[in-house]
Amino acid sequence: MSINRRQFLRRAGMVTALGLGGSFVITGLRGKKVEAASSAAEYETSKDALVAKHWAMVVDMSKFKTEEDFKRVIESCVSIHNIPDFGNLKDEVKWIWHDDYEHTFSGGENEYLTEEFKKLPFAVICNHCEHPPCVKACPTGATFKREDGIVAMDFHRCIGCRFCMGACPFGARSFNYRDPKQFIKKIDPDYPTRTPGVVEKCIFCVERLADGKMPACVEASNGGLIFGDLDDPNSEVRKLISTKFTIRRKVELGTQPSVYYLVGGADHA
Amino acid sequence: MLEKALTGGKKYWAWIFFLLTVIAVGLVAYFKQFNYGLGLTGMSRDVSWGLYIAQFTFLVGVAASAVMLVTPYYLHDFKKFGKMVILGEFLAISAVIMCILFIFVDVGQPMRILNVLLYPQLHSVMFYDMCVLVGYLVINFVVGWTTLGSERKGTPPPKWIRFLILLSIPWAFSIHTVTAFLYAGLPGREFWATAIMAARFLASAFAAGPSLLILLVMIVRKVSKFDADPPGVGAIQSLVKIIRYAMIANVFFYICEVFTAFYSSVPGEMAPFKYAFVGLDGHASLVPFMWTATILAFIGIALLVLPTRKNKVLLPIALLSVFFANWIDKGVVLIIAGFVPNSFGRVTEYFPTGNEISIVVGVYAIGMLILTILYKVAISVRVEKDL
Repeated sequence: MSINRRQFLRRAGMVTALGLGGSFVITGLRGKKVEAASSAAEYETSKDALVAKHWAMVVDMSKFKTEEDFKRVIESCVSIHNIPDFGNLKDEVKWIWHDDYEHTFSGGENEYLTEEFKKLPFAVICNHCEHPPCVKACPTGATFKREDGIVAMDFHRCIGCRFCMGACPFGARSFNYRDPKQFIKKIDPDYPTRTPGVVEKCIFCVERLADGKMPACVEASNGGLIFGDLDDPNSEVRKLISTKFTIRRKVELGTQPSVYYLVGGADHA
Repeated sequence: MLEKALTGGKKYWAWIFFLLTVIAVGLVAYFKQFNYGLGLTGMSRDVSWGLYIAQFTFLVGVAASAVMLVTPYYLHDFKKFGKMVILGEFLAISAVIMCILFIFVDVGQPMRILNVLLYPQLHSVMFYDMCVLVGYLVINFVVGWTTLGSERKGTPPPKWIRFLILLSIPWAFSIHTVTAFLYAGLPGREFWATAIMAARFLASAFAAGPSLLILLVMIVRKVSKFDADPPGVGAIQSLVKIIRYAMIANVFFYICEVFTAFYSSVPGEMAPFKYAFVGLDGHASLVPFMWTATILAFIGIALLVLPTRKNKVLLPIALLSVFFANWIDKGVVLIIAGFVPNSFGRVTEYFPTGNEISIVVGVYAIGMLILTILYKVAISVRVEKDL
């Protein structure tokens, strides 16, 4: 039996297509198995895990007076999350930092604001919005909103398209423009380091909440950062927000930030 | 039919090897970026998209513009475009491939890019953009290749192809609309969050794309025996009318944006325009670009409105003006100024690096190589038949 060139090409093409399809089925199945295993592990949270319906944070401005107050808080985050320090603004990766009133609340410029207020540094982190534009933008689900309101990141699924960085109106996201490993002061083996080319941001310490611990910055803040369940009427955050005057960044955009700034001073706890 | 791209004169092969060299330089630059990360580009935490995404945005327009030939020719039986339409379809193919490559070189983890298919997110505009772009590529390839194939055999094209051709018309509009939605749906980016973004995108596309096509027709005329607009047909002048109105609409839309920003005087709306036209907080890197684009836009319109549009020397100048005005507007300024000022009201500037520019040029060279091969096939088929 002889076949001509056209027939040969057609048959070769069919075999190739079958081969590719077959391998897809196999990897597809294998993928399913792995997924099932990992999701089972995910639901085995420890009994001491801290849980909530809507995690939220109140920043008590009266507790942030000096550079030292910020340094302590930022350092607590940097050391456990393997956040690199590149020493330049272009490649910068940051989860929590501070900025002045006018820039944090851009649009809130007021020439006659008291000098003290003008210089007041505001702690800035991801707002864990109720309607996060970054989650909507993400084409792979690498950034997602959990049941408890936390906007988390899967560093291993992220393709690094940076659509989320364009979508975030708060500038909360950083991209690994280069390999961060040699720029981490001391690697903490309990938390993953990142590969180049993925986006990262504050995740409200989901890994610590799972172990029953408060977020690192909250612990280090000496009461400056109050963290709790906004849906619980008896929680400290809820009481503060419903009794004192608090502000949030860019509320007009409707993303509903979960980080509240208590500016009038408070006598809580 | 592809074998026709394997025969050619000295000049043809010199051009091919020139493109291959440029591609090789781009590839080396890409491998450097692949190893080091996107830190090799000028992009930063504040300006997180740069030239790559800007070229992608611009080229989606070039791809969509094929519809300006397909609609008159196939839907309204406008015979003048008969010889040109295949060149438009093939230009669309090479433009879409460049779009996909520009996305590819822009992502931080290219090996994971198929996660977009593995975990499709129906709420992400990027998912839809990928679907429409790939769809458009397939449609244009099947339509172009099939119609050219039947032409070679001297038979009428198969009936089913008409369905695909008609489908390609709304599809072309969709690729640029969805691309505009990538930007227009983002809260807090005032420069992009405008309802007429998609309309602006289409208007600028229908000006820049056909301008490029006419310039290509002129080049093809010079380097081969094929004339897509033989004397007496007037296809080019018909297309010039389309370009003229599209460009006027584009400039009109832009003026609408400027009016809204400045008459309302909302600071956030004005800031990016100020940055582009006069500079902001002492940063003015885009100013020379924006004014060049503005001047080119008006020169282009004037030359295309006046009888100068029939002048052999002035027509190419007008088309180049329109093309580069749109390229600067969309392929440089739109994306960068969208990130200025940043979320904190501060200005961070972006300057592309040499490595980044090498990659951009390399991708354009790949596009030109694909275009050259496709045009070579189309022209060979046509010339063969005419002889």
